[in-house]
Amino acid sequence: MRVLLVDDETEFVATLAERLSFRKMEVDYTTRAADALTMAAEKVYDLAVLDMKMPGIGGIELKALLEKQCPEMKFIFLTGHGSEDDYIAGSSGACSYLVKPLNIDTLTAKIREAVEG
Amino acid sequence: MPFLDHIKPDFLKSRNITTGPFRQMFNYSLIWRWAILLTSAATLLPLFLITSIDYNFTQKSIESENLLRTLRVGSNAKRAITSFLSERKSALSFIVRDNSFADLNDPEKLAFLMKNLRESFGGFVDLGVITRDGLQTAYVGPYELEGKDYSDQQWFKEVKEKGFHISDVFLGFRKVPHLVIAVKHTLPDGSFYVLRTAIETVRFNELLTTFELSGRGDAFLINHEGIIQTPTLYQSKVFEKIPFAVPAYSDNTEIREEINTAGKPIIICSSYIPDSPYILIIVKHKDDLMKAWRATRLKLIGFLVVSVTVILLAILGFSTYLVNNVYLADQRRLMILHEMEYSNKLASIGRLAAGVAHEINNPLAIINEKAGLVKDLISYTESCPADTRIIGLIDSVLSSVERCGTITKRLLSFARHMEVNIESINLGKVIDDVLGFLHKEAEYRNITVNLDIAPNIPEFRSDRGKLQQIFLNIVNNAFAAMDVGGSLDISVRLDDKKCITAKISDNGCGMSEEDLGKIYEPFFSTKTKTGGTGLGLSITYGLIQELGGKIQVTSKKGSGTTFTVSLPLEPPKSAEK
Repeated sequence: MRVLLVDDETEFVATLAERLSFRKMEVDYTTRAADALTMAAEKVYDLAVLDMKMPGIGGIELKALLEKQCPEMKFIFLTGHGSEDDYIAGSSGACSYLVKPLNIDTLTAKIREAVEG
Repeated sequence: MPFLDHIKPDFLKSRNITTGPFRQMFNYSLIWRWAILLTSAATLLPLFLITSIDYNFTQKSIESENLLRTLRVGSNAKRAITSFLSERKSALSFIVRDNSFADLNDPEKLAFLMKNLRESFGGFVDLGVITRDGLQTAYVGPYELEGKDYSDQQWFKEVKEKGFHISDVFLGFRKVPHLVIAVKHTLPDGSFYVLRTAIETVRFNELLTTFELSGRGDAFLINHEGIIQTPTLYQSKVFEKIPFAVPAYSDNTEIREEINTAGKPIIICSSYIPDSPYILIIVKHKDDLMKAWRATRLKLIGFLVVSVTVILLAILGFSTYLVNNVYLADQRRLMILHEMEYSNKLASIGRLAAGVAHEINNPLAIINEKAGLVKDLISYTESCPADTRIIGLIDSVLSSVERCGTITKRLLSFARHMEVNIESINLGKVIDDVLGFLHKEAEYRNITVNLDIAPNIPEFRSDRGKLQQIFLNIVNNAFAAMDVGGSLDISVRLDDKKCITAKISDNGCGMSEEDLGKIYEPFFSTKTKTGGTGLGLSITYGLIQELGGKIQVTSKKGSGTTFTVSLPLEPPKSAEK
């Protein structure tokens, strides 16, 4: 199971990637949306975990771009803000929506559920 | 008393709160008292003044009128008595001038004259002719008085000097009261003789009774020594001395007030009868004279009492109505100000919370992931020994992070500008859902939940999520307030056709008055030690306002708390947007 993590907080995204890799997932991460598009072009990912608010391209915009590139890709949104507006916007196509700080078991379950159906 | 409590105005029922959000701007009961006092004073003082002036004026007028009337009666009586005596004196003068001394000494002629006098005037007892030496030469009457010598008698001397004499009333030989009138006739040669007659006082007395004297009025004659000459109705007997001072001589009819022997005020009208030894006395009791005044006074006092009562009732009613309306208006104003204050506070807190939550959530997420990674390293690799103490410490960190996360989520929930999602709601179902969340806790703590939803509650348009949040917060608070075995009563009623009212009552620890005033303030919590954030009721308050509803709370320390939530059947227009 290949997962792409995109979040502007390096410490967070790196640690989360390591934790997910302990849970039998192949995880790549980046802190920039542009890099995420490049990475997705180079490798097929089953699912992308995107932060809603990032400098430059935000989570919702990135999802749209990635969807164009990889129509099969699934998405989970993360947010540190958790506003209703974000939820309404993000829930329009995302598999799930999680608020930071995360419960790793919940995230793992959501990823598996999204990828494996 | 229940009736008094029922009519008692709101401002008298309220306590005088001087601090806090519901502080009273004025001391309404003091204003009320002053309003009544000043209005009463401004209204009643002139009334009392006018009444007092009218009272005194009327009393004096009636008194004066009575005195004048008595004086008039006295004057008339004086004229009548003077005329009575004068007529008889003139009759004697006429006889003595019309007849010669020889004719008068003729017994037949004298008897004839006596007969004429009796028939013309009445009351004449006898008639005698007395020479200048005081010797009665002729006499007609019931006694044998011919030849009687009067030369040394006082009355004879007076006749000689004054030309006439009218005696005091005295009892004669027959014990009949009578008086004597004597006139002197001087002849051309300078000699004189006297014609003397005795007259019964019966006619005299009859005359005195004809005067109009009200009540216990009494008219009688006294002589200059104060000896009563004619019968009286209420005074001493004839020939006894009057019980008051003899009036001083005056040509006019005089009037004075005195206190009689019984201690009652009397009016004494006195008049010296000219050319006689008599003084006319009219005695009237002031009480009798003032009878008319007493009736007038009763009417005046009655009018005053009725007026004062009506005025006081009007002032009391009007002042109470005004002050109560001012009080209610002030209360409404305070409530609105208070609500505005809350809205502002909530908005400020919202902005602050959004910033804080956003700034804290990311580092919190990093702590969470780092701690989680440490745990993963211990759990998934062999490089780190599986020390249960370390795992315990990490779990503790993770649990604290989760707790912080809950707080930030609540802050965010509090801060975010939520769009209202209006849909058709069955309130019973919403409450059922909420109770479903807490079912396990209720079972565990043996809390009885009684749900009473009236069958006529219609479905109404509102926001399901917000309603769930509202009831969850209130029920959560109730659970927190109750001990094991507590009881929670929820009733839902259709208040009128515009509003549904839900009452949530617990029998928990209740709240003090002081706490009650602060419960909607953000971060106010009595459960800080057990994880309360102090935001639950603040959020609830905001949510209810958004839905166009109202929340009220009553609580008594140790007895429990009741929240009453009123929700409109139609959402406010702002919520529909």
